[in-house]
Amino acid sequence: MIVDRLARAFDDRLRLSPLTRRALAKVFPDHWSFMLGEIALYSFVALILTGVYLTLFFDASSADRVYHGSYAPLDGTTTSAAYASTVRLSWDVRAGLLIRQTHHWAAVVFVAAILVHLVRIFFTGAFRKPRELNWLVGVTMLTLALANGFTGYSMPDDLLSGLGLRIIVSVVESIPLVGSWLAALGLGGEFPSDEMIPRMFVTHVLLVPAVLVALVSVHLAMIVRQKHSQFPGPGRTEHNVVGSRLYPSYTLRSLALFLWVLAVLFALGGLVQINPVWLYGPFAPDQSTSPAQPDWYVAWGDGALRLFPPWEFHIAGHLVPAPFFPGVVLGGVTFLALYAWPFLERWCSGDHRPHQLLDRPRDHPVRIGVGVMALTFFGVLVVAAGDDILARLLRVPVYDLLNVLRVLVFVLPVLAGASAFLLARSLRRGDAARLGELTRSDLRAGRRPAPAARAATDEPELPAPDRPGERIELWPEGEVWRWRYRDEPAGVAILSNRVVLTEQEATEAARLAYPGVDHVTVPGPPPPAPPGRVRAAVRRWGNAALGVAVLAGALRQRRASRRGKGGNGPAGRRGGER
Amino acid sequence: MRRRAPVPAAPPGVNRRIILSFLTSAAGAIGFAVTYGLGGQTQWEGVCLAVAFAGLATGLAIWGRRLVPAGGYVEEHEGFTPPPAEQALTAAVLTAPDSPIRRRGLLAALGLALTALGVAALFPLRSLLPWDRNRPVPARRDTPWGPGVRLLTADGKPLRPEDVPAGTMVGVFPEGGTGAGDAPAFAVRMQPERFTRPPSAGHLAGLVVYSLLCTHAGCPVRLYLKGTGRVLCPCHQSSFDLLADAAPVAGPAARPLPGLPIELGPDGYLRAGGDFTAPPGAGFWSRR
Repeated sequence: MIVDRLARAFDDRLRLSPLTRRALAKVFPDHWSFMLGEIALYSFVALILTGVYLTLFFDASSADRVYHGSYAPLDGTTTSAAYASTVRLSWDVRAGLLIRQTHHWAAVVFVAAILVHLVRIFFTGAFRKPRELNWLVGVTMLTLALANGFTGYSMPDDLLSGLGLRIIVSVVESIPLVGSWLAALGLGGEFPSDEMIPRMFVTHVLLVPAVLVALVSVHLAMIVRQKHSQFPGPGRTEHNVVGSRLYPSYTLRSLALFLWVLAVLFALGGLVQINPVWLYGPFAPDQSTSPAQPDWYVAWGDGALRLFPPWEFHIAGHLVPAPFFPGVVLGGVTFLALYAWPFLERWCSGDHRPHQLLDRPRDHPVRIGVGVMALTFFGVLVVAAGDDILARLLRVPVYDLLNVLRVLVFVLPVLAGASAFLLARSLRRGDAARLGELTRSDLRAGRRPAPAARAATDEPELPAPDRPGERIELWPEGEVWRWRYRDEPAGVAILSNRVVLTEQEATEAARLAYPGVDHVTVPGPPPPAPPGRVRAAVRRWGNAALGVAVLAGALRQRRASRRGKGGNGPAGRRGGER
Repeated sequence: MRRRAPVPAAPPGVNRRIILSFLTSAAGAIGFAVTYGLGGQTQWEGVCLAVAFAGLATGLAIWGRRLVPAGGYVEEHEGFTPPPAEQALTAAVLTAPDSPIRRRGLLAALGLALTALGVAALFPLRSLLPWDRNRPVPARRDTPWGPGVRLLTADGKPLRPEDVPAGTMVGVFPEGGTGAGDAPAFAVRMQPERFTRPPSAGHLAGLVVYSLLCTHAGCPVRLYLKGTGRVLCPCHQSSFDLLADAAPVAGPAARPLPGLPIELGPDGYLRAGGDFTAPPGAGFWSRR
């Protein structure tokens, strides 16, 4: 009642209902992999919520401060205010450790979700026209996420983070010509400067999050505007989106996913220790911890630093030190390649058509080969970041392991990429639906070069005209119109996502979604097809439930009409209100 | 009053499961509040909050799956190439005779002004660099070490040669610059006859002092394998041979650790004979 009236009050002033009706009926395609980006989004929300709480207790300063609190080994010691406040936050602020660890876990999950989302986009070709722009926004958000993750775990000023920061400063200093200046510009002095923690703090809690929020908004706005891409399937074309509606289905499902993400993050934050800075001790320029591993998402850079041989050279008497190549060049090339990929692929394949239908990964063997190769390469680098731990576990000398990894980092990606390429080709040629169903002849077929590539045309593909059972049915429902797509022989029926006011509108919508399919106007609505499980349950329950529902409905109707002022249609109600 | 269609009956058991989930969630929330009130306990707080969120999530997920139609809806997609007429009309508006973008001369002047403003706005960035101290490159080259600077231990006491026993690495700092990031060094006692290459900074009866900072990425080389006379960096496993003037022997480091010339002062304490033989820590462009 109150909600009703409030909604109408807003609508009378802002004229929201035409927009809202369309927005609520917006269709998102159903596939589990389309939820990965949402996981990243919800981790980001969790990061903001927990992060704001942390800022209330964290003192971003390198000034001396004496820690007094319940962590006995450090009680009474003088450390930087950043470190002391982090230890206090963890040991003496109630729920502080929970929030801090949840924040850190959320960062770990955030980057992981972004990466898996990126891999999904890559392998299904979702970055193709018209979505290249969103790919660029997404890659930018990945770089920002990495940067913010790094500044985040560097701020507590503990020994481990101090080492990581020193390594990054060394990598920046290795840049020819401007390295020392860039490092001084960032630090405001020599490492470890007094300015670096306050600067990292402002970057971490204000600059980067603000840009991220803006980019997330752009990312989502572009998805809404361009509509989500979908996998091919019955009734799905380049001109429509088939799936569930934003309201009610995705409202409930997305909310559930958000809460699941929060549940997992808080469970991790409560139960799994992460970054115990009180064990590492405060930063001191002459101390180091061993073993020293960074968070997983920068481990590839650390692994590359370990694997790269001690090669450096001079240009006109100036030094180009070894960390320049694994640190600056590799990172730069990686992100340049990511940014450039949609354009590179378009240039190589000559495919300039817009795509709303996704590829299956196998549809594009070269892309999957390159993707698997890159993933394997970075996978080996991440493993290399733990070479000292691995050597201890395997009881082999660390330098032997290092040499093996130096070979593997080139051999494994090539092997993995080539086998992914061949498997994708076999899958595409043969009729196996899954990897496990591949036969030897499929594999043999995959090894032969392609017979003749299908010529790419610049015309967007139309739905196959040779499906005789297809038709569009339109019918009036009271004063409004609905339509649906039917493919009788295939047993497919897909309902329009919203009602429209005129038959013409319905025809136009249907013509857009299914160009070239015959239209039929049918007298009344077809019997509503409840979703499968519900139907089964209703049948199991028998007529009793139905009877009760009808009875309850009739009773309510009667009561309503007895109390009502005569109007019973939407028009009548409006008239009554005015 | 609006006449509304009746709410369809839920399949059996669904309502019960949803309500149960929401009640579990409420129990988790209460558990969290109670744990917090009783003094807080990280594990219980985490579990309670997780239960609270998971209960809500489960309830909503069942609701979304069982009580709400999912799948089987289609929305048309207009495509993104606007009709040529639309494109032409928009272009016509933008390029109308009175359109600002047609006045090239004014636009050039505007561009000039904006560029000047943009460049001027970059100047305050210079404030991020330190004003009061050296320029970065000399600052990076010089350390607080210099002729006559006494060696202090981590406790701040001056160091005598006999304070460095064989087989131990003693961290040393310059007097008056103990907090500097590029100053940390270490003193070890070697047997002079085992030197395969004499220390470039010299030694006092086998006592040598080197920079602690790895020449690869600047981590302190804190791990001393005394039998072999090697030090190891825990960050990227660079290893340096102290018997061969701290030359890199394995791992990604390419340059030896800089040595610190030392001498015995008249007061019996060790002091530096000058700065390191090379800038300590990672390499940089102007290091040479």
